[in-house]
Amino acid sequence: MLEVIKQPWPWYVAGPLIGLTVPALLILGNKHFGISANLRHICASCFPANVPFFQYDYKKEIWNLFFVAGIVLGGALAAYFLANPAAIQVDPRLAQELAVYGITDFSGMVPAQLYSWDSLLTVRGLTMMVGGGFLVGFGARYAGGCTSGHSIMGLSALQWPSLVATVCFMAGGFLMANFILPIILNS
Amino acid sequence: MQPSFIDSTAEFEARSQDTICINESHLQHKWYHNFKYLIVGVLFGVGFVKAEVISWFRIQEMFRLQSFHMYGIIGSAVLMGIISVWLIRRFGIKTMYGEPITFAPKKFNKGQVYGGLLFGLGWALTGACPGPLFAQVGTGATVVIVVLASAVAGTWVYGRFRDALPH
Repeated sequence: MLEVIKQPWPWYVAGPLIGLTVPALLILGNKHFGISANLRHICASCFPANVPFFQYDYKKEIWNLFFVAGIVLGGALAAYFLANPAAIQVDPRLAQELAVYGITDFSGMVPAQLYSWDSLLTVRGLTMMVGGGFLVGFGARYAGGCTSGHSIMGLSALQWPSLVATVCFMAGGFLMANFILPIILNS
Repeated sequence: MQPSFIDSTAEFEARSQDTICINESHLQHKWYHNFKYLIVGVLFGVGFVKAEVISWFRIQEMFRLQSFHMYGIIGSAVLMGIISVWLIRRFGIKTMYGEPITFAPKKFNKGQVYGGLLFGLGWALTGACPGPLFAQVGTGATVVIVVLASAVAGTWVYGRFRDALPH
């Protein structure tokens, strides 16, 4: 059994399980699935700085911080006890493209040659980690949610603004991956 | 109980715009009741790692149309969510404490377009959306703490300059 769990899970197992988070949170306490809201709660609790957007009762949203703490813990459990011994199977076309930029290590969930404390000191690493993180935080709040709040929770409740947001997430992603990322990786 | 500086209408407006649950329970629970959300988070985090949703490479494959994996995951997750929400509405299912489950309609604003595009650029760059970023830290990729800190900074800058942005 454990050997089966250690294998990478196929999409038709993982997808429905991820989808079950929606009714689980609703039934446990009428909570709406949305992860990027936690970034706002962190701002509201640590650096409100009299910004009206951060003046709300974040203590009511503590449940969500417990939820993300669980995600961190789940990540650790999966990595240390359920890890797949083999390296991730990367599509040969992607592997070939990345090799051009000197990325040949596919062993981790994040490419060690791009995401490491050392590469934080390079222009490429700084752009990807600090620039990318900033866009994720800024964009998610500007859009009123991220892939969990809009693409999963919003679409589950058939909210058309969430479909607009999801289409824009994908459009931005296609633009970055195919046209801008190659320039950044080349630097 | 409410801090006096919060105007309830403004609070409702601000929270309903931002996927924060505005229909939260009015019951008072002890803090340790929150551990049930932690357990859901653990299961969710394990699923993220085991399905390689948190892999930078899987996200790159998705945006290059080189793999069906991520489309299958998001598609089947949404399908499961739609069926669940439909069942909850159809049968008036209540929370485990007997409170009604409610949904607030999302209002369209231009932020979903501009913010959505910016988020998409960041998603492909970091190879992770906010949930996977937390899971990546758990797997031992400690440098992702920097990415998360930058995402918090991005959120703060949005909050600070919100009024100057087109919505």
